[in-house]
Amino acid sequence: MTDGPPRDKNPAPMTSPATAPATAPATSGTTPVIEVEGLTKRYGDVRAVDDVSFTIRKGEVVGLLGPNGAGKTTTMKVLTCYLPPTSGRVRLDGLDVVDSPLEVRRRIGYLPESVPLYDEMGVHEYLQFVARVRGIPPTKRREAIADIVRRCGLKAVIWRGVGELSKGYRQRLGLAQAVIHDPDVVILDEPTTGLDPNQIVEIRRLIRELGSAKTVILSTHILQEVEAVCDRVLIIHQGRIIADGTPDQLHREFHGAQELDLLVQGADAEDARGALGGLQGVEAVSMGAASDGALALHVSCGRETDLREPVFRLCVERGWVLLEMRRKVVSLEEIFRQLTAGEAEDKQP
Amino acid sequence: MTGLAAVYRRELAGYFGQPVAYIVITAYLLICGWFFTSGLFLVGQADVRGYLDVAPTILVFFAPALTMRLLAEEWKNGTMELLLTLPVRDSEVVLGKYLAAFTVLAVAQVLTLAYPLTVGLLGPVDVGQVATGYVGLLLLGGAFLAVGVLASALTSSQVVAFIVSFFVCFGLFLLGKSLPFVPSGLLPLFDYLAVDTHFANLTKGVIDSRDVLYFLSIVLLCLAGTVHALEGRKWGR
Repeated sequence: MTDGPPRDKNPAPMTSPATAPATAPATSGTTPVIEVEGLTKRYGDVRAVDDVSFTIRKGEVVGLLGPNGAGKTTTMKVLTCYLPPTSGRVRLDGLDVVDSPLEVRRRIGYLPESVPLYDEMGVHEYLQFVARVRGIPPTKRREAIADIVRRCGLKAVIWRGVGELSKGYRQRLGLAQAVIHDPDVVILDEPTTGLDPNQIVEIRRLIRELGSAKTVILSTHILQEVEAVCDRVLIIHQGRIIADGTPDQLHREFHGAQELDLLVQGADAEDARGALGGLQGVEAVSMGAASDGALALHVSCGRETDLREPVFRLCVERGWVLLEMRRKVVSLEEIFRQLTAGEAEDKQP
Repeated sequence: MTGLAAVYRRELAGYFGQPVAYIVITAYLLICGWFFTSGLFLVGQADVRGYLDVAPTILVFFAPALTMRLLAEEWKNGTMELLLTLPVRDSEVVLGKYLAAFTVLAVAQVLTLAYPLTVGLLGPVDVGQVATGYVGLLLLGGAFLAVGVLASALTSSQVVAFIVSFFVCFGLFLLGKSLPFVPSGLLPLFDYLAVDTHFANLTKGVIDSRDVLYFLSIVLLCLAGTVHALEGRKWGR
């Protein structure tokens, strides 16, 4: 993956139209493919998406991460020209979704969350329908279908009815219809919901494969998915983007502090607190619940310091028994929880 | 246009790849056939009056049954979202679906050509009158189908779509039957709005542009309304 330019902690202000060529050459790894400026979408009084701006470059695999009702699906519906924005501009390859929706749709492959396929059709018949609507010329249709069937592993079910497919195959067919016309941009709304763990692995592998030469936007509320598939994460919460960066960047930015959980026996609470607090690099010490005469302590410190050795030596020095020491590796999950803490309502767009 | 053609083909395959079209057409032919033959030998005239008289009534049921699924099903299953994010115009979707339903109607009408052909064996048939009668049936059926497509776009329930379009078609049909009871001041209005009036003109062997215009305006109004209904998603749903 090519890196985008360095990103600020807050989503960077968008490139102005003057510097973003309307028809940029689609070869460079830093060409903006999707430009969203000040996108707001309201449903009645509810602001599903609130002044969101971001740019996605060619070849990026971007995860929209957020709790249910955060505005991920709505953002995708605007990108795919299903719903018009209330305000703001959304452009794909320099084409505005409001002004040239057909052109935009031609360049996009989309799989909505519920995987709505025509159950009464056959798999092959359905792919043929999509190929036809997508305007793949008759002479190339057979080839295009054969190719996508092979890549998505649909061969075994090609003559079955869509309605008879298992969830995993259904999802693959959904992916197949989204990429059959070899689009520049693939938009997948929660592509792994409702699948079993094996199928999830399969679908993720497929997404990576299919997305190797494409720009992919996928939404999810599953954090491992982002870490497994995406080069870049946009965390959306209550209709706003609250974080933007690679999974690594997010780790670094949002966790300046690391934590050490200790379980110590034979120490006096205040004494231990004072002694640990005196170690170099320690920012805070808090007490946990004590059990069986052992003392639980949480020590936070800067990300760069490794406290494990000093803590061990301190215990030895004071004659405390160190029952447990655990360094907390902060997961994206943690970051996500911190950022979206206080989310109680479950509004659906 | 490729979008329209693809939608049309899919819908047509939907009708004929499944029992829908066969059941509806068979029922239509059975009912119309009964009404046609039962009176034929009593009247002793070589015409298809029997069929043309009863056809509008049957079409009141026939058209909603054909169209109820077209858009309501797409809303219900969520396939509308995928369909409308394909590179097709909303109007192409509507027109493709409408034309597929119209094709089924046309097939049913072609099959009923057995009636005039049979009658033709028995005695001389007024070909002109039969021809305009069929034009009338296609126009009337086409108008009913357009009403049905609109109703189907407004709901995600096929049952509701059927009932709504049935009532609208039946209402238009009933207007003509209610003329004797209408206050004289309203008579011209009712007379103009009733499908009966316009259809009756056509079965007399006369194609009047006003009658054609009446049916075509119903079609256009309803299909435009359908496109509008699809765009209605944009204001929240």
